[in-house]
Amino acid sequence: MKSPESFVRDEIRNLPPSGIRKYFDLINEMEGVVSLGIGEPDFVTPWRIREAGIYALEKGHTHYSANAGIRDLRDEISSYLKRKYNVEYSGEDEIIVTVGASEGIELAMKAIIGPGDEVIIPEPSFVAYKGCVSVCGGVPVSLVLKEENLFKIDPAGLKSKITERTKAVVIPFPNNPTGSVMTGSELEEIVKILRDRDIIIISDEIYSELAYGFEFRSLATFPEIKDRLILVNGFSKSHAMTGWRLGYICGNADIMKHMYKIHQYALMCAPTPAQYAGLEALRNCDDEVAGMRAEYDRRRRYILNGVREIGLKCFEPQGAFYIFPNITSTGLTSDEFCEGLLRKEKVLVVPGTAFGECGEGYIRATYASSMENIKIALSRMERFINGL
Amino acid sequence: MKEILEILEGNARLTAAEIAVMTGKTEKEVRDAIAGLESSGVILGYRAMVNWDRTEREFVTALIEVRLTPQRDKGFDSIAERIYKYPQVKACHLMSGSYDLSVVVEGSSLKEVAMFVSEKLAVIDGVLSTATHFVLKKYKDGDIMFEGTEKDDREAIVL
Ligand SMILES: Cc1ncc(COP(=O)(O)O)c(C=O)c1O
Repeated sequence: MKSPESFVRDEIRNLPPSGIRKYFDLINEMEGVVSLGIGEPDFVTPWRIREAGIYALEKGHTHYSANAGIRDLRDEISSYLKRKYNVEYSGEDEIIVTVGASEGIELAMKAIIGPGDEVIIPEPSFVAYKGCVSVCGGVPVSLVLKEENLFKIDPAGLKSKITERTKAVVIPFPNNPTGSVMTGSELEEIVKILRDRDIIIISDEIYSELAYGFEFRSLATFPEIKDRLILVNGFSKSHAMTGWRLGYICGNADIMKHMYKIHQYALMCAPTPAQYAGLEALRNCDDEVAGMRAEYDRRRRYILNGVREIGLKCFEPQGAFYIFPNITSTGLTSDEFCEGLLRKEKVLVVPGTAFGECGEGYIRATYASSMENIKIALSRMERFINGL
Repeated sequence: MKEILEILEGNARLTAAEIAVMTGKTEKEVRDAIAGLESSGVILGYRAMVNWDRTEREFVTALIEVRLTPQRDKGFDSIAERIYKYPQVKACHLMSGSYDLSVVVEGSSLKEVAMFVSEKLAVIDGVLSTATHFVLKKYKDGDIMFEGTEKDDREAIVL
């Protein structure tokens, strides 16, 4: 007889387990840990959104919705994208409401990527891209982002990774874990390379609302590539709605109608009460979003100044809610640094290597945490480094 | 300026140096701005938000609706002043609607507050009537929730 595990597909069995598993075990035995290791807002969902969710339950919106999401929400997403980013997608057939941006990423990969297809993935980056490509039997091709380029994609580097098997490229800005961003003119250079090539572009713009000191530009504003662009976004980061599991994906109707089938078979629809809450989020919460952004921005400056003062080199992140300090001056590896910091000072940050091998030498700390926590974490980190 | 005020309103214990880092200004700019706000009376003071209900202290609070006859030339201001100068009066607002002044009074007992109203407030010239409502429970005040604050219960590590 075969072992139960041997039934699992090779692609899945060979997926490496998450690089942070040991930290789960460590913190379970500890008390008083200050965590800057969490990739989600510390804010609770703004009350008016929660209230709308409660009201949806009271009214009995507890059934499946239309597969692509309630029509009002799709139309609202359409006008939100237009209003905020001057991006045009029709609620009719170019938008699907998903179970988080996570599902959006998966839908895009499943629809586009098959065995042997190469997908260029800038690294360090969010772990799901590579995982989804592997699940589909595709080949993730790492495009290493460098600190000296402020972790932006440099056009020549991108060009060098393109082969005739390249089926898609992921553009993930503002970026998790580096906090790096790409401005409109920097994106233009990327577009110049991609516009004449038969490559799908998956733009993960989940942090679009969290851009500091420059105007965010969506890749969907470039008409040259829009037909081959799949736009992933959602509510988790902008509206502090991670637990609601709500996102959306936009693209050319002829691609969307196929992703729609996968979504229909795998998920039916995004949670219906969450969709009603999302409607309120897009319609009436610009002020709340701006308030959270302003608070993140203050903490961003504070923590950046703090890590530099304790002697770590760190480029200035301009998006999301992460900083990515260089810790090579300590002589420790990322993993040694994080484990040591946790054991000695009870501060949790994530080793850069959790986001790709090229993250060695860096740590990710999030400032989606209260100012008090950030202060405590910084002073403990200073003590840790001085004690090395 | 507005940003400094917003920051201080949320936490008045931040130092000028910290606020400077948070806003990208120099420490001197922040120090000067705060000094200006203080001297022009925009910032009136700094103090702790105390939840006295969590202490031993016995006290009651009442919200009193006061109706007034306005006085020639002075409107409501001079009567209001005679009322809000009492230290027992914690807040005083001129209102639109069916009454004129909303007065918050604090005292050590119901009786003390009731006496204050009948002996001090109601007898002031120009006060037509008072209606006293005692506060049973404070849920939120000055932007701060006294009940039901939400704890950070996130997982400790999320990629
Ligand atoms: C870059 C990036 N994309 C997508 C997601 C997933 O977000 P959602 O909660 O919408 O699935 C995350 C969450 O951490 C992320 O960092």
